[in-house]
Amino acid sequence: MTYKADFRIWRGDTDGGELRDFKVEVNEGEVVLDIIHRLQATQAPDLAVRWNCKAGKCGSCSAEINGRPRLLCMTRMSTFAPDEVVTVTPMRTFPVIRDLVTDVSFNYAKARQVPSFTPPEGLKPGEYRMQQVDVERSQEFRKCIECFLCQNTCHVIRDFEDNKAAFSGPRFLMRIAELDMHPLDVADRQKAAQEEHGLGLCNITKCCTDVCPEHIHITDNALIPMKERVADRKYDPLVWLGNKIRRRGSGD
Amino acid sequence: MSEVERHSYDVVVIGAGGAGLRAAIEARTRGLRTAVVCKSLFGKAHTVMAEGGIAASMGNVNSQDGWKVHFRDTMRGGKFLNHWRMAELHAKEAPDRVWELESWGALFDRTADGRISQRNFGGHEYPRLAHVGDRTGLELIRTLQQRIVALQQEDEREFGDPEARLKVFQECTVTRLLTVPDAGSEAGNRIAGAFGYWRESGRFTVFDAPAVVLATGGIGKGFKVTSNSWEYTGDGQALALLAGAPLINMEFVQFHPTGMVWPPSVKGILVTESVRGDGGVLLNSEGKRFMFRYIPDVFKEKYAQTPAEGDRWYTDQENNRRPPELLPRDEVARAINSEVKAGRGSPHGGVFLTVVGRMAGGTEEIRRKLPSMYHQFKELADVDITAEAMEVGPTCHYVMGGIAVDPDTAATPGVLGLYAAGEVAGGMHGSNRLGGNSLSDLLVFGRRAGEHAARYAEEIGEARREAAQEQLDAAEAEALAPFAVESAENPYTVHQELQQTMNDLVGIIRREGEMTEALTRLDELKARAAKAGVEGHRQYNPGWHLALDLRNMLLVCECVARSALERQESRGGHTRDDFPAMSAEWRRVVLACSIVDPDAETLSVRLTRGEAVPMRADLLELFERDELTKYLTDAELPGKDG
Ligand SMILES: Cc1cc2nc3c(=O)[nH]c(=O)nc-3n(C[C@H](O)[C@H](O)[C@H](O)COP(=O)(O)OP(=O)(O)OC[C@H]3O[C@@H](n4cnc5c(N)ncnc54)[C@H](O)[C@@H]3O)c2cc1C
Ligand code: SF4
Ligand code: SF4
Ligand code: FES
Repeated sequence: MTYKADFRIWRGDTDGGELRDFKVEVNEGEVVLDIIHRLQATQAPDLAVRWNCKAGKCGSCSAEINGRPRLLCMTRMSTFAPDEVVTVTPMRTFPVIRDLVTDVSFNYAKARQVPSFTPPEGLKPGEYRMQQVDVERSQEFRKCIECFLCQNTCHVIRDFEDNKAAFSGPRFLMRIAELDMHPLDVADRQKAAQEEHGLGLCNITKCCTDVCPEHIHITDNALIPMKERVADRKYDPLVWLGNKIRRRGSGD
Repeated sequence: MSEVERHSYDVVVIGAGGAGLRAAIEARTRGLRTAVVCKSLFGKAHTVMAEGGIAASMGNVNSQDGWKVHFRDTMRGGKFLNHWRMAELHAKEAPDRVWELESWGALFDRTADGRISQRNFGGHEYPRLAHVGDRTGLELIRTLQQRIVALQQEDEREFGDPEARLKVFQECTVTRLLTVPDAGSEAGNRIAGAFGYWRESGRFTVFDAPAVVLATGGIGKGFKVTSNSWEYTGDGQALALLAGAPLINMEFVQFHPTGMVWPPSVKGILVTESVRGDGGVLLNSEGKRFMFRYIPDVFKEKYAQTPAEGDRWYTDQENNRRPPELLPRDEVARAINSEVKAGRGSPHGGVFLTVVGRMAGGTEEIRRKLPSMYHQFKELADVDITAEAMEVGPTCHYVMGGIAVDPDTAATPGVLGLYAAGEVAGGMHGSNRLGGNSLSDLLVFGRRAGEHAARYAEEIGEARREAAQEQLDAAEAEALAPFAVESAENPYTVHQELQQTMNDLVGIIRREGEMTEALTRLDELKARAAKAGVEGHRQYNPGWHLALDLRNMLLVCECVARSALERQESRGGHTRDDFPAMSAEWRRVVLACSIVDPDAETLSVRLTRGEAVPMRADLLELFERDELTKYLTDAELPGKDG
């Protein structure tokens, strides 16, 4: 079925901007990114948008559609009524560069603050042995496509710009959890999660989980367990040590 | 010319996919100041889309596997047109490259004894592909990205600056390589750096560097139906040509047999081969497993003759042969094409691919083994693959041809200081690439390119020179041209017509008349592209970016069309309707493309014939003489007892 849809798209740059109205053709099976591309090809050749894979795999095309943070390439037009106005705006938490493109460098800076994977001394490549059950938890977090929609959504930084320095956001708190749960990682990460990355600021509202296009259980599987580990450890450091030893043993 | 931003490095790597990142890690680890330049954000390169796995003969699942078996499979898959030395290095070094990823934090799926699990794939004799579900490329790129971060953290500790020796310049597009004259090289020049623009601001930037590694990936955006993203506009291939480095084997383009065919907006998106590796079968509209009728003679002894035997193979590989759904990609793609032509296709012009009832663990197992496929079909096509068949058809996927390189050093023969690795380089895969052999190729040759670029940069030392101002001025004028043209063509329209032309006239099945026609149309499109104009300003302007990409796409498409017209045989990713047979004489021919005059108003491509390097005797011995007679001329065959 082909019809003309009403689109309202934010156009502008660092100096400000506004919503502009477009009428544009929509065909069966299309996603919002197809419509943006049609606008570029026919009405607005300089409309800026980021995208790469058009298959939900690279996490480039994040934006807000009718106020909801989503991937443009995975939002089917059939989810809207033909007479519904579709409003597309850039992610709100990050500074806009132009139109739908935002400056996401905050995320790359935070990524650099998480100490890297630290294998046990002397373990050579090729000698790694891990059981599937032991890697599965971290594997879930490694499904992350770095779309930064969770970062965009989390109210700790969405509503409080000032928190950005102290809070790494769900994506990178999850990265810390991923490494902490890696069967062979030997670094101590729990103290830093709390003190340097702002784990304590998260009040487990699960808004991040709700928008994750990879359906990663960010809050339940990464943030809450991480909070528990930190709490346990505050209570009794031996618990942390015990955890590590037991897990490493089962990996052999 | 206005003041441009300038950066000076020892090694500049263009491309941040698997090959580029591995090259950069190597150069930096050797202590050189290294820059990575890429068109999209760090971590988003095309490699992220790779699904099925990375091929390495670790022998974790079947201990019979080893580099010799992998080497043989690779040569067979490429129909012996591969540069055997690249195939040899690749097979030997791939396991180390995979294990290294694990030590940088990668988490592959495991075997019961805790090793890296390996899965079956088309053309690979044993289970060989290390994988993480069906998102292996994401794991690979994230691991390399995180390795780069680790190196930056080291530099932070040592120098107080994370970017002291390794910096990523993201959303920056290179439009020209810079060179200085050098009598010692074939093309008469050597590398001095690269010229590009920031996508965000449209401002120009110059990288001064004695060594450049091209790792820019493929050319799929020249075709209408493709699994490739917007980045695949053949930039690296064109940059090399313009600098004086030739391309080889450009007629060999891989059409992956299984792309989505419906809905139209997702046509071409890949359906991973693991679907078949894990038991999925292809059916025509009559419900028949048609692949059994398409096993070519060269593969007769290696594939099951009945569905029953094929099915037994999944559980008992010692006593059964593999099902023909797992033939190399070119064979499967042609078979699907024939079925559709014969009227036995699916409603939307493909065939059916189904996993329903094909896995012991049922729905649960399908969702666990093929999570992204489940997701992709559910969200984009409203199809539940645990209950219904998928509709699939061929899609332009990979280019086997590319920049000619020295197998050991990845250096281009034409231009000193220029290296190439990954999909942009040619030779490794011959006429057809096996699934999983690209990711391993990226790591093996990415590392080698990084190493040799670093050595070269070290050796050249004080002799390094900056490019002449005229070159920078010319590059800037070229990039600004789309803003100056009057009777403006729409770059989007020119691009669409180019894609249609390549799809219709130089696609999966080729004919002389059609390719001649394609060359005529390419000439017309070149003239129109020169008039492609853009609106607005330079800040993040996609219309402008596309107008600049057109030069590259037109050049590489011309290379494909000219080479395809010249090669009068069918082999791997090059099928001629008018020359259906494979020819041992043609196997020895390497077609090379170069640019007639890089400074001409209208660029055009010249084709030359070279000869393949004969395979080393000890490698020839890895094959039965009977098999070699299918590929080699009598003169090339080893003596009866040798
Ligand atoms: C859907 C899909 C699935 C696949 N699955 C598999 C698989 O399972 N196994 C396998 O082995 N292979 C697979 N492949 C093939 C494999 O993914 C690619 O061949 C490989 O990733 C290419 O990597 P690369 O490093 O050469 O380039 P890419 O990863 O494509 O990176 C190219 C880089 O170059 C940059 N670049 C390009 N032009 C410029 C320019 N002008 N200036 C600056 N930067 C530039 C880009 O921004 C990008 O960073 C798959 C391919 C696709 C499309
Ligand atoms: S659960 Fe925590 S991290 Fe996630 S949105 Fe809520 S506060 Fe933010
Ligand atoms: S966790 Fe999910 S929402 Fe957050 S960046 Fe990763 S994929 Fe996106
Ligand atoms: S374009 Fe890659 S996730 Fe949308």
